[in-house]
Amino acid sequence: MASQEMEQLVRREYKEGFVTDIESDTVPPGLDENTIAFISKKKGEPEWMLEWRLKAYRQWLKMTSPSWAHLDYPPIDYQAISYYSAPKRDEDRPQSLDEVDPKLLETYEKLGIPLHERAALAGVAVDAVFDSVSVTTTFKEKLHEAGVIFCSMSEAIRDYPELVKQYLGSVVPQGDNYFAALNSAVFTDGSFVFVPEGVTCPMELSTYFRINERNTGQFERTLIICESRAQVSYLEGCTAPQRDENQLHAAVVELVALEDAYIKYSTVQNWYPGDEDGKGGIYNFVTKRGDCRGDRSRISWTQVETGSAITWKYPSCVLRGRDSIGEFYSVAVTNGRQQADTGTKMIHIGENTRSTIVSKGISAGRANQSYRGLVKVGPRAKNARNFTQCDSLLIGDQCGAHTFPYQEIGNSTATVEHEATTSKIGEDQLFYCQSRGISEEDAVSMIVNGFCKDVFQELPMEFAVEAEALLNVTLEGAVG
Amino acid sequence: MSDVQAPNADVQRFLERLSERNASRAESQGPEPTWIAARRQAGAARFEAMGFPHRRVEAWKYTDVRAIARGDFALTDDASFSPATAAALTLPLEAHRLTFVDGVFSAALSQLDELPKGVALLPLSQALAENHEAVGGPLGRLTGVEFSPFSALNTAFMEEGAVLRLAPGTVVDKPIVVQFLSRANEAPVMSHPRILVEAGARSEATVIEHHVGEQQAANFTNLVEEILLERGAILTHYKLQEAALSDLHVASIHVEQGRDSRFTSFNLNLGGGLVRNDLITELNGQGAEAVFNGLFYGQGRQHVDNHTLANHNAPHTTSNENYKGILDDRAHGVFNGKVVVKRDSQKIEGYQSNANLLLSDRAEIDAKPELEIYADDVKCSHGTTTGQLDAEAVYALRTRGIDEQTARGLLTLAFAGEVLEQVGLDAIAERVERAVAGKLPERFNLAGLVETAAALDDTAGE
Repeated sequence: MASQEMEQLVRREYKEGFVTDIESDTVPPGLDENTIAFISKKKGEPEWMLEWRLKAYRQWLKMTSPSWAHLDYPPIDYQAISYYSAPKRDEDRPQSLDEVDPKLLETYEKLGIPLHERAALAGVAVDAVFDSVSVTTTFKEKLHEAGVIFCSMSEAIRDYPELVKQYLGSVVPQGDNYFAALNSAVFTDGSFVFVPEGVTCPMELSTYFRINERNTGQFERTLIICESRAQVSYLEGCTAPQRDENQLHAAVVELVALEDAYIKYSTVQNWYPGDEDGKGGIYNFVTKRGDCRGDRSRISWTQVETGSAITWKYPSCVLRGRDSIGEFYSVAVTNGRQQADTGTKMIHIGENTRSTIVSKGISAGRANQSYRGLVKVGPRAKNARNFTQCDSLLIGDQCGAHTFPYQEIGNSTATVEHEATTSKIGEDQLFYCQSRGISEEDAVSMIVNGFCKDVFQELPMEFAVEAEALLNVTLEGAVG
Repeated sequence: MSDVQAPNADVQRFLERLSERNASRAESQGPEPTWIAARRQAGAARFEAMGFPHRRVEAWKYTDVRAIARGDFALTDDASFSPATAAALTLPLEAHRLTFVDGVFSAALSQLDELPKGVALLPLSQALAENHEAVGGPLGRLTGVEFSPFSALNTAFMEEGAVLRLAPGTVVDKPIVVQFLSRANEAPVMSHPRILVEAGARSEATVIEHHVGEQQAANFTNLVEEILLERGAILTHYKLQEAALSDLHVASIHVEQGRDSRFTSFNLNLGGGLVRNDLITELNGQGAEAVFNGLFYGQGRQHVDNHTLANHNAPHTTSNENYKGILDDRAHGVFNGKVVVKRDSQKIEGYQSNANLLLSDRAEIDAKPELEIYADDVKCSHGTTTGQLDAEAVYALRTRGIDEQTARGLLTLAFAGEVLEQVGLDAIAERVERAVAGKLPERFNLAGLVETAAALDDTAGE
C-alpha cells in the first residue's frame, strides 16, 4: 500500500515534467518577461495567472530596493539569479546519511531529532525516508474528511482557481513592496490552506509534512484562508538547520481571517547563517501579513528566528473587523555576523481592536539586531488597545541591539503602550546559578530560556521543546 | 537614502533672497571675513543640493514643511517693537537679557548691565566685530551644514544671534534670557539666529530661550544653537515656546558635554503653528549627564515635532528623558527620541519616557522612541504610552464630589505637572501651568480655577 503511494508521488514529479531533461528544466540566470512566462508554462498555469505575474513584474521594475532597514549587505544582482530550477532528482541527492555533512548530523544530534527525520531533513532521497511519507498520506485523508484543503500553491491554482483568484494578493498586493513584487512575479510554489466555515482543523498543519514537495525554492508563496468560525494552527519551518544553494529568499505569506476565525501561524526559522565571517549565509526577505477581515477574528504570529545571515521580516496584522485581535510573539537570536531587522505592524482600523506585541531579541558575537514595529490607530478605531514589549539581551561587547518602534495614533480613545529594555545577563544572576553548582554555560542557557519564556509559551508544545534546544545550539560558544 | 531632490522654485526663491542680502550687506558693511563668506557658500550649496525635506526623508516623515518652503519671507533690519507690548511679553524675572525682534538685536529691550565677572553675553554681530576669529572656531563645530537643509540655510544666512561665554569657575546667579520677539508684520519675515554658549570648566548658569510675539505674527524662525560644556560645567537650558499660532519655527540645539558636565533641558512648547525642535547631546566625557524634560501642548492646527538624540560616546555616561504631550482639536504631535550607545561605551544608563494624551479624535500623535546600542554593559529602557486618564483616578476624584469633567481637567493638569514639578524656576513653572490650564477645553470647567489663581496672584503682588 505504502509503496504504491510512494510510487504515485514519484510519478507525480514526472508528470509535472520535472526530471527528464536537465537542460530544459533550468533557465539561465536572469529575469525578464520570458523567464516569467517560462515559469508559468512549466507550472502549467492558466493565462490569468501569467498576467498576474507579469503585472507584478512590471511594478517591480519601477521599484527600488528598500534601504531603510538597519542592515548592511552588498547590492543583490537580480540578473545573476536563476529563477527556476527543477527539484533535485533522487540520484543527485545523498543516498544515505553517510553521505551527509557530519557537522550537520552533529547538530541534529544536539537538537534531538529522530533518526528517520534526520534523513529527510538532510535531503536524502525520498525512498530512504519511507516512514514520513506514509504519515503524510494518513494525514491528508483526515484533512479531507474535515473539508480542509491543504495543498501546494500550484495544485491550488489548478484545482481551486476561483479561491486563488479571490484571495491571492488581496492581503499583500503585487506592488506592496520590492520583495513582495519580485515574489509575485516569480514565485514557484508554496502552501495553500482553506478551512471552510465552522471547521476547526483537526490537526496542526505543517510544511514538514509536505517534505516531498520541498525545494519550493527561494520564492515561496503561502495563502491561508479561514472562513467564519474556522480555526487553524499552521507551523512553518523546522528547527533543523537548512542549507540551500539559493542565497536570496523572498517569501510572501498571506492570511485571511473572516468572522470569528482564528489563525495561528508559528515559524521556526534556522537557515544557514553563513560561516564565521558571515559569508554564504541566506538572505531572508519575507513579507507576511494577516488580514482580520471579519468581526471578532484573530490572527496570531509566533516566530523563532535563529538562522539566516540577514533577516528582513515584519509579520503584520490588519485589524479591520470590529473586536478583532492581532498578536505577535517573537524570539530572534543573532550570533556571529548575523543581522536581523524584524518586528511587526499592527494596523487598527475597526472598533475595539486589540493587539499584543512581545518581542525578545538576543544578540551575541558580532551580530546586529533591530526591532522595528508600527502601531497605527486610525480615526475610526475606537477603544483600540495595544501593548508592546520588546526586550533585548546582549551577550558580548561586539554586538548591537536596536529598537525602532513607530506609533501613529489618531484616536483619543486608544490606549497604546510601548516598553523596551536593553541589558546584558546580570552578573548577579550568573553568580546565583554558579554558586549552586550550575556551570556558566548552563546558567546562561537557563537565563536566556527564561528571558524567552513568554514567547515559547505561545508555541505549540513540540515546537517549544525544540526551540529551547535550538536556542542553546545557536548561542553555543557565545559565552565564556 | 535619497534625500536629494532637484532644485525647485521654492529653493530658488530662498537663494535669491540670499544673494540680495549678500549684495546689500557687502554694500553697507564691506567684505566679510573669508571664513564667513566660505561657510555661507557651503551652506547655500548644501541647501540647494538637498532642497527642503519631504515626507519620504525619515527624519521628516511626520512633518510637512511646505508652509515654510512655499512662503515668501523677507529679511528685516528693523528692531522696533512697542515697549509696552514687549514689557507684557517679557518673563517677569530678574535676569540678564538679550532681546531680538524678528532676529534683529534690540539694545533698548535688552538688559546687559551688571554682568558678573567672567560672563560675556553679547549679540553675535558684536562678537564678530570684536574678534571674529574667536567666534569662528566654535561656531559650526557641532551643527554643520550637513545636519539638515535648515542648518544649511541658517549657515548661509547667519548674521545675528547670541554669544554667551562663561569663564572657568563662574557661577551666574541670575538666569540669562535670550528673548525672541516676533512682530505682526505686513509681510512675513524670516530670521536665522545662532546661539553659541561656551561654558568653561565648573561654570554654572541657567539659560532661558524664550520665543514669544504679537498675536498676529506669522514669521519664520530658523534657529541653530550650539552649547559647549567643558569639564564639570552645569547648564540648565529652558526653551519656552509661546509664539503666535501662525508662527513657523525650526530649531536645532546641539550640545557637547565634557567630563562630569551636566546638561538639563526643559523644552516647554505651548505656541507656534509649526514647530520642529532637534535636541542633540554628545556625551563625550565620563560622568557626563543629560536630562531632557519636555512638555508640549497642541491645539487648533498646531504641529509640534520634537526630535531628541543622546549620543553616548564615552563610558559611564547617563541620559534621562521625560517628554509629555497633550493634544487637542486637530493638533499633530511628533515625538522621536533616540539613545545611541557607541561601541565600547560601557556602563551606560539611558532612560526614555514619553506619554501622550489625546483630548480630541482629530488630534494625532506619532511617537518613535529608538534605542541603538552597540555595547553590552548598559542599562537602557524606553517606554511610550498614548492613552486616556486613569479611570480609577477619575473615579477617586468623583467620590470626593468633583464632577467628572472637572476631575478630567484636574488630572490633565496634573499630567503636565509631572514635568513642571522638575522646573526649578517658579516663575516659569507657574506661567506654563496656568497657560495649560487656560488652554484646556472649556468642558473641563477649569476657567474658575484659573481666575482664582490669577486673582490670588494679583493680591499677592499688591
